Amino acid sequence: MATEMSDIIIAVVTMDREAVGGDVPIFYARNEEERERIATTLCRITKGMAHDLENGAYVIVRH
Amino acid sequence: MGSYAWMIALGCILGTLARFIFLNIDYRQYPSYPQGYMIHMTLGFIAAGLGAVAIPALLQKEFAAITFLALAAQQFREVRNMERQTLEKLDEMEIVPRGSTYIEGIAKVFEARNYLAMLVALSATGGALLLSRLFCFGGFLPALGGLLCGLLIFGLIKGAMRGENIGKVAEVRQGKVHFQGPLLMVEDIAIMNVGLKAARERYEKEALGVIIEPKNDNAREYLTNLGQRQALVHDVAVQLGVRKEVDEPEFTPLARRDTKTGRVGLVVIPIEPDIEPLLRAVRNVPVLEGAKRKPLDSPAGRAAAD
Repeated sequence: MATEMSDIIIAVVTMDREAVGGDVPIFYARNEEERERIATTLCRITKGMAHDLENGAYVIVRH
Repeated sequence: MGSYAWMIALGCILGTLARFIFLNIDYRQYPSYPQGYMIHMTLGFIAAGLGAVAIPALLQKEFAAITFLALAAQQFREVRNMERQTLEKLDEMEIVPRGSTYIEGIAKVFEARNYLAMLVALSATGGALLLSRLFCFGGFLPALGGLLCGLLIFGLIKGAMRGENIGKVAEVRQGKVHFQGPLLMVEDIAIMNVGLKAARERYEKEALGVIIEPKNDNAREYLTNLGQRQALVHDVAVQLGVRKEVDEPEFTPLARRDTKTGRVGLVVIPIEPDIEPLLRAVRNVPVLEGAKRKPLDSPAGRAAAD
């Protein structure tokens, strides 16, 4: 447990290319359905959790 | 030493019995019997043996034997370390961990219970000795006296060691689970931001919420402690089951605090979605020794309380 990193942003899934930038992996979705699907898959793979930033972007965070 | 044999045996038996009675209470918190039973019964028996020989040894002027008591205390401290290490290791594999405050509490209890076995044995042998030597009673009277002494001490310590539980220090009732945007709420207490729509739907359909209102400022401080809140969600998850897999951190049961009032909101998706057993599980969670604060015992805390 102690050796795992926690509370870090693993990825961002967004529909708005203008809303996000920086050096985290960013996944662009064409619509809400795709955003949900990508976010769900990423969460399951990374054991992360999706949080809604309410600007069209989800951040996947490992707690 | 031969004439003391039955008194020592009496102390040994009572002390070991006392340890055994407490083992039955343990298993809810630490379900690793029967191996755990074996370890603790053996240690309990050793503790009882040490307690039982203490007074006869003293009367025989075997002062070296007394120093073994100090050595024993050292050994029982080791018991606490052993429990702590085991539970910490096991905690890494829990879907909802106990948390270190809970583990420390359990470890301490295990150490303390060895002393209980020792003291019960000591008092039983002591009582029997007093009656047979000082008052020169014969027959079964000293044995009966020893038994009563042991039981008395057992009862006293049992009462003293009994901690409070959440139901005693706080009002526990159901709270409505709803969403405010992406924020999961129990009544007006925000729990966490849930992104995925499917997760929100599951929360809306299946989650149960609990509101825990501290009865006074002391209780408020207990519930502020993160270890106490972790113990709450752990006990709830163990007793009602939790619908969460290892890759679904969004379904981790959480307890969050309303900083204005000190109320705590708890949300969980139990496998058994019954509110009454959930409330009962919450009420039965022990108040952890490591989480106890008593602001009402200080003049400043009392003055600030309203």
